[in-house]
Formats: sequence, C-alpha cells, structure tokens
Amino acid sequence: MHRFANPARFMRMSAAVLPWCGPLAGGLIAVGLVLALFVAPPDYQQGEAVRIMYVHVPAAWMASFVYAVMALASAVGLIWRHPLADIAARAAAPLGAGFTLVCLVTGSLWGEPMWGTWWVWDARLTSVLVLFFLYLGYIALVNAFDEPARGSRAGAVLAIVGIINLPIIKFSVDWWNTLHQPASVFRLGGPTIAPSMLWPLLVMALGFMLFFAAMLLVRMRAALLAARLRALRMAASEDEARAPRRRPRALEEAR
Amino acid sequence: MDAIAHFLAMGGYARFVWPAYGVACAALLWMLVDSVGSYRRARRALDALEGKGR
Repeated sequence: MHRFANPARFMRMSAAVLPWCGPLAGGLIAVGLVLALFVAPPDYQQGEAVRIMYVHVPAAWMASFVYAVMALASAVGLIWRHPLADIAARAAAPLGAGFTLVCLVTGSLWGEPMWGTWWVWDARLTSVLVLFFLYLGYIALVNAFDEPARGSRAGAVLAIVGIINLPIIKFSVDWWNTLHQPASVFRLGGPTIAPSMLWPLLVMALGFMLFFAAMLLVRMRAALLAARLRALRMAASEDEARAPRRRPRALEEAR
Repeated sequence: MDAIAHFLAMGGYARFVWPAYGVACAALLWMLVDSVGSYRRARRALDALEGKGR
C-alpha cells in the first residue's frame, strides 16, 4: 500500500496511465452511445423510452461505486494517515455527486412516461437522494476548515458513517414496495435482461468507469500541485517574516 | 430525411430520451472541464512561482 504513498511516484504513474485511460474511456462511451441509440432494440413494453436505461443505469452504478471508493479512501486516510488517501476521497466526491445527479434526473425523465410520475418518495428514490446529499454534505464539510487535514478527518467520518446507505440503496427494491424495478443484471442466478440490451449497457458502464478513473487521477494530480503551491507560498511568507524589515512608515508616524 | 425524423422522434418519447442524454453529456463534460481546468490552473500557478525563484 505504501509503495503508492509517495506523491512523486503517484505523479509518474498517473502520467503513464492517463494517456490511454482517458481516450479509452472516450472511445467506449462513443461506442456505447452508438450501441444504445442505434443498435439496441426498442423494448416490447417501453418502446424507445428504454434507451434512457443506457445512461441511467451506468450513472446509478457509478453513484454507489464512487461513494464506496470515497468511503474506502477515507478509512485508509483515517487509519493509516496515507497521504494520498484523503486527496483521493476529496477528488472522488464531486464526481460521485455528478453521477448521482445524472441518475436522479434521468430516472425522473424515465419515470414520467413509464410510471406516470416524475418522482415518488419510495425507498429506492429516497435513498439515492440521500446519497446525493451525503456527497454535498461531505464536500461542504471538508471545505469548512482552515486546515485541510482537519477537514479531511471530519469528512472521512461522515463518509464512513454514510456507507450504511449503500446496502439500503441496493436492497431497497427487495425490502420495500416500490415502483422501481428489481435488479436485472447483478443478481443471483444471472442477468434477466436480454443480451442485445446487456451489451450496450456494459460497454457504457465500462466507459463511465474508466472516465471516472481518469477524472479521479486528474483531480488528484491537481490537488497534489495545489498542496505544493500552498507549501511554497507558506515557506515564502515565513522567509519574508524572518527577514529584517523596516517598520512601515505609517506605524512609525503613529508612535 | 424521414429516417432522421423517425430517429429523432424516438417513438414519441423524444422529450424524455433526448433530455436524459443531454443531462448525461452535460454532466460528463462538466467533470472533464472542471478536472482538467483545476489541474491546468495549479500547474500554471506553480510554474509561475517556481520560475520566479530561479
């Protein structure tokens, strides 16, 4: 684990990974779009509206997955004081919030024609809305402290406590009555979705996953540069404070 | 031409399908612009600071 803790090593490794991870993500999403809009068949009940699935479901998977990444990084940061873990957790949060928002909005756009309502306060929809607020709360909390390390620690506790929401989201469709359909891909006994719809979905999901990985690395690189910038500025201002300096004229005259 | 119109109509669900794809594209673009932008800003500021020291 600590092999990757060295920021210089991280900068080198991420610089090597990004040139293929980014374009691969873009390519997969482009192929996924073609498959979703042109190749996948219309649903026998939902018609063309089923195409919303190819953005809604990958976004929903990412919403939960990114939260798990954020909570895991938070735990590593809290327990082992791993220098990159806090940075990873902070970098993941806005991305997770973005995916969750896409999930909520596309779900709403799918719900209106299929269920006859934009929104219903059932367990699945409400728990995903709670997930969105957990992301926003985390972002607000980590930025509420002058000292970044204290903000990260407070945020880490929130992220770890909030992980209880993930199984609630996953199993909400089994535990409670809901308009939302149950799992049709990640379920015991294998997927029940037709292969002609499963493949476009998986291509898009893999594209989203690699896109997240690329954006996470870029944001972590940016955070490391920003940390170096802060350290340099602090050192510069300390040098200035130590250097003998003439008292400002205004002060002199005031005496 | 008819084929394009037929495609865009999405079997009558155009006003749900296209906004859904639009929102997803907008969100992913925002993530890209915000992430790459923050990296470039930090890089520029750091280069300026370290260049001054030399």
